[in-house]
Amino acid sequence: MEYRLSLPIGEEEIMKINAGDVLYINGIIVTARDEAHKKAIEMYDAGKTLPVDFSKVAVFHCGPIIKREGDEWQVIAAGPTTSSRMEIFEYDFIKRFHTRIIIGKGGMGEKTAKACKEFKAIYAAFTGGAAVLAANAIKKVKDVFWLDELGMPEALWVLEVENFGPLTVTIDAHGRNLTEEVKQKAREIAAKIEF
Amino acid sequence: MKEKIANEIANLLSKAVIDLPRDVEEALKKAMENEEGVAKAQLMAILKNIELARKQKKPMCQDTGTLTFFVKLGVNFPYRDIIKDAIIEGVRKATLQVPLRPNAVDVLTGKNSGDNTGRFIPPIHWELTDGDDCIITAMPKGGGSENMSTLRMLKPGVGLKGVKKFVLEWMVEAAGNPCPPTVVGVGIGGGADVSMELAKKALLRKVGQRHENKEIAKMEEELLEAINSTGIGAMGLGGKITVLDVHVEVAHRHPASLPVAIAVQCWADRRKSIRIDKEGKIWNID
Repeated sequence: MEYRLSLPIGEEEIMKINAGDVLYINGIIVTARDEAHKKAIEMYDAGKTLPVDFSKVAVFHCGPIIKREGDEWQVIAAGPTTSSRMEIFEYDFIKRFHTRIIIGKGGMGEKTAKACKEFKAIYAAFTGGAAVLAANAIKKVKDVFWLDELGMPEALWVLEVENFGPLTVTIDAHGRNLTEEVKQKAREIAAKIEF
Repeated sequence: MKEKIANEIANLLSKAVIDLPRDVEEALKKAMENEEGVAKAQLMAILKNIELARKQKKPMCQDTGTLTFFVKLGVNFPYRDIIKDAIIEGVRKATLQVPLRPNAVDVLTGKNSGDNTGRFIPPIHWELTDGDDCIITAMPKGGGSENMSTLRMLKPGVGLKGVKKFVLEWMVEAAGNPCPPTVVGVGIGGGADVSMELAKKALLRKVGQRHENKEIAKMEEELLEAINSTGIGAMGLGGKITVLDVHVEVAHRHPASLPVAIAVQCWADRRKSIRIDKEGKIWNID
């Protein structure tokens, strides 16, 4: 199935989506990589207020190239980064912030799939490296946080997107994990190969 | 002259990150034609992105990588004393002009230098050659694929069969992480340092270019077929094409050691070269 979603999105809509479905997103997405995940969780646990309500946006594993032009930020390239690096944070992140959609590349593991099932969330993959395609769907940089502290790739970039996709859902809220299924099958095939 | 070479290095990097080599693009097109479903959609998005990058003169991937250089320096090249400084200056210029993503982080403080230079960065691999010219190849190497590079010191008793098994199993575990379809460089023998350098240098070959040694060429084909048969596919979403090519290089080994290094390059297999002659004239040689 193919869905065009407008963020924020509720539990009911998330439950309709299955692994293998294709999504296009409208609304606000926020970039977050290793450092941002770590900082957000630490701030939450210390009782501090976060600059972004992660329950209303999609989190995008991405370290973009963004250029300052006058008063505006211009997105040059913004493809996804490898999501497996965030596997150590994602369960704790989804549990605390109730983010519904995580976007990245390469798929995620067991802990993230567990979080998606427990807290009704999905993980969707944008084509890795397709940075100009992604940048073209970003209409505006609404805000940026933690830029001085974390640097351009790790900062929280708040982006307004239109028809952001195609995204392939690889983890749904029902417990399926497509990339893990592919990997498991590949392991079985590889074990039988004799050189 | 330093200023002129630095500008040319900046140009070289700009071209490298914007314009994918044709051999890689052709291989991706062929892969797209052979795929169906999700894998085909991924390859179509990649090909569209390559076209958009060229048209809009933007880097094809936001990870413009660690700017890695391979220099063949003629012993009689008249500007050999300024080439290193010119490369570093060119990196700084390109970072501002293209722009490139700043990708050099201080290991101790975690601070990004902001200009893609730092301790031992950019990496420059030097090779002395006869003659009076200088050939510089830039390879912007992405972090996602670099993270899937590895080295294993195998027991010599496992032989070449063991080597092939290791490469196959490693690429299955790498799955979608290095942005497949990838190009895989394998370095066998030499020692830990030599095998890794060979694996990286193997990535300089064009897609489809076999090793001149028939046995090594056969090993490349065997690995290519085996990895693709596992069905990892583009972006690890399942499909027939996981690797575009496998390039193997070998060195003599210590009797007790069988080092195998794997260097993985994402589909954005970016590389561009220039030649500088003794008059300081610059030639594109791709």
